[in-house]
Amino acid sequence: MAQAAIELIGINKSFGAVRANRDINLEIARGTIHGIVGENGAGKSTLMSILYGFYQADSGEIRVAGKPASIKTPNDAIALGIGMVHQHFMLVDNFSVLENVILGAETDALLKKSIAKARSELERLEREYGLEVDPDAIIEELPVGLQQRVEILKALYRGAEILILDEPTGVLTPAEADHLFRILKQLKEQGKTVVLITHKLREIMAITDTVSVMRQGTMVATRETRKTTVGELAELMVGRRVLLRVEKGEAEAGAVKLAVKNLTVKDSRGVTMVDDISFDLRAGEIVGIAGVAGNGQSELLEAISGIRHAVSGSVMLDGKPIDLTGKADPGELRDRGLAHVPEDRHHVGLVLAFEENENSILGYHDDPRYLKGPFLNVDAIMADAKDKIEKYDIRPGNPRLKTANFSGGNQQKIVLAREMEQDPGVLIVGQPTRGVDVGAIEFIHKRLIAMRDQGKAVLVVSVELDEIRSLSDRILVMFAGRIVGERGPEATEGELGLLMAGVERQEAAE
Amino acid sequence: MDVFIAIVQILDSTIRLSVPLLLACLAGLYSERAGIFDIGLEGKMLVGAFAGAAAASVFHSALLGLGMAILISVAFAMVHGFASITHRGNQIVSGVAINFIAAGSTIILGQAWFQQGGRTPALQPGERFDAIVWPGAEAVRDVPIIGPIYAELISGHSILVYLAFLMVPFTWWVLFRTRFGLRLRAVGENPAAVDTAGISVAWLRYRALICTGILTGVAGAYLSMVQNGGFVKDMTAGKGYIALAALIFAKWKPVNAMFACLLFGFLDAAAIRLQGSPLPLIGKVPVQFMQALPYILTVILLAGFIGKAIPPRAGGVPYVKER
Repeated sequence: MAQAAIELIGINKSFGAVRANRDINLEIARGTIHGIVGENGAGKSTLMSILYGFYQADSGEIRVAGKPASIKTPNDAIALGIGMVHQHFMLVDNFSVLENVILGAETDALLKKSIAKARSELERLEREYGLEVDPDAIIEELPVGLQQRVEILKALYRGAEILILDEPTGVLTPAEADHLFRILKQLKEQGKTVVLITHKLREIMAITDTVSVMRQGTMVATRETRKTTVGELAELMVGRRVLLRVEKGEAEAGAVKLAVKNLTVKDSRGVTMVDDISFDLRAGEIVGIAGVAGNGQSELLEAISGIRHAVSGSVMLDGKPIDLTGKADPGELRDRGLAHVPEDRHHVGLVLAFEENENSILGYHDDPRYLKGPFLNVDAIMADAKDKIEKYDIRPGNPRLKTANFSGGNQQKIVLAREMEQDPGVLIVGQPTRGVDVGAIEFIHKRLIAMRDQGKAVLVVSVELDEIRSLSDRILVMFAGRIVGERGPEATEGELGLLMAGVERQEAAE
Repeated sequence: MDVFIAIVQILDSTIRLSVPLLLACLAGLYSERAGIFDIGLEGKMLVGAFAGAAAASVFHSALLGLGMAILISVAFAMVHGFASITHRGNQIVSGVAINFIAAGSTIILGQAWFQQGGRTPALQPGERFDAIVWPGAEAVRDVPIIGPIYAELISGHSILVYLAFLMVPFTWWVLFRTRFGLRLRAVGENPAAVDTAGISVAWLRYRALICTGILTGVAGAYLSMVQNGGFVKDMTAGKGYIALAALIFAKWKPVNAMFACLLFGFLDAAAIRLQGSPLPLIGKVPVQFMQALPYILTVILLAGFIGKAIPPRAGGVPYVKER
């Protein structure tokens, strides 16, 4: 076996009463891609932050290339050749690529030399790894995929031999993710060691050599990737068997609940994002909209839920039109039985500074159930929140806790619980499980299917093809603002992938 | 010709009046660019003015006075740092507290030490910074146009005036051409990026506040040792707040800051000049209106004429490592 690039021995770390890491032992071989999987809150990021010197372990030992290392600050880690690409990019948005790359690694007190050096160094890295990026571009004007590339360049510029990536694909489109994986493979070929933290098992299977599984702060297993299966890993992560594909019966589609006709929507720049789309959503079925992010799905959702102005076309809810001037009262749509779980729960779905119980009635706060005269009925709201917490297994189960303190998966459950429990006739869900871990995905999928079985109409938009295929009774594929195909749930990934890439459409045009 | 002389005189006092604004504005620029809001510019200027005049009159040295002004002002900046960086307190509250302490303590100490109703003794020559007359200024004074401009506008200011205007290109150079400047701008935008790059966020912000303290100290010394021959209570009279307005107006850029301060200085100079004299067409304008003009102008300009003023993104937010 190759020499270990990193050995972690008996690492412990607590935050107050929470033991984020307990007795972690881990060995990462040089020149490999090592995956670390686990649910949200399993302690993966904490462990890697300890390795990067961002936190100090309470006890334990770190060895880098066989030698005991004392890593007290990120500087120590950088000096040992450890680089990290954080989940939330550590970039200064209004700086140029060059400025971001040299920040903290300047050669001397004046910038001139540093910038010249970085410029030639970036050219070299571009040649060697195909990491192409305009050194003078401003970060906030770059797409996220390129921003991430800048993060990788930052680490390589500092001479990183070991590269840690924390949930790198969470913000990427499938194509960008594929590109990232190609880069990582290339890094590995050049002898670098890559540590990939993720909760997406597909990525682990696709790219890693070895994989370690964490659960509730402990390291439960390490496997060679080619000798394990997604099922085994999922089971190790959650500690019980997980249904990766929720079983469901045949849909019994009923009356048309939502009818979208010739809908055209432009975005704020005036670009047509939804181009003459028509489809029906019936009671008792789940319709999935697949597509690469940015092909008009977001705008479609916003138009249907009355948030965004539509240029033309109509949307009928139970045979009555929805106001498409963008001035529709969301409250009125709720009253008419249309519930909307927005794509971006942080900005649209929740007020993070509010307590959990407040968010669990947000938008329904003028419902007489939650009112006592002109005042909020706090007791009723609390009881309602507790009820939802229990039903949806929201953790921690404290309705007085600030929403920002819940993990991403649990925040999503708060939104879902709020919208589903209103018993709407039509449920529109954007990215139901974005940033949510395996156990919670299973739960959310089951709830959505239960809604369907109760005869509700459910529209799901997701960039996760697995999710679309697992949930939908009918799959609509969007490309460049149009629906380019409709398939049944038995459609293969390859078939849908071609549609998503717009291939069939071009062929048809020829 | 009279009109020309009048204009030169107004411009001359524009320069004199904009110097404390400019120094305070650049002071604020250092701290706000590093992500620390500093509403306490006013207070730091005031203690600087007091310490400068007091030390100058006691030790009979203008330079010692200036040194003391800077020292005390930096000390107050460090208090702000201790509260808002080390203890992650609210920066506005800390700044307001500093203003209160400055206003109260200068009067109390002034009365206790000098018994002149909160004033410091009038500064004698040598205890204050005198005007520097440039070579040939007297000789060319009578040359039309160029003469008055050279003699009045360019020559004949105190060293601190030239220093203030030299600080503009210097600050630009520090911010955009040095490692310290790069890091300072970065920490005001995204301190986490600075932290993960292995740089201490706290130390960087403290150093920014030291720069702020030095400049507010000089601004204070200018008020009590150049513009006035001694300290008078509350002599900053809101200049720290106008400097903050100028900073926003200037979108946190040094050269813009100079023009913003010159504009406010000009309004001030015009207000003094036009006091009581009727304006053509408008008639007599109340002096209060002229005094309020800088503020009115700020509101109007910020409301739409200068476009969006985007403050440093991490401004006002104490840095806490994320879990």
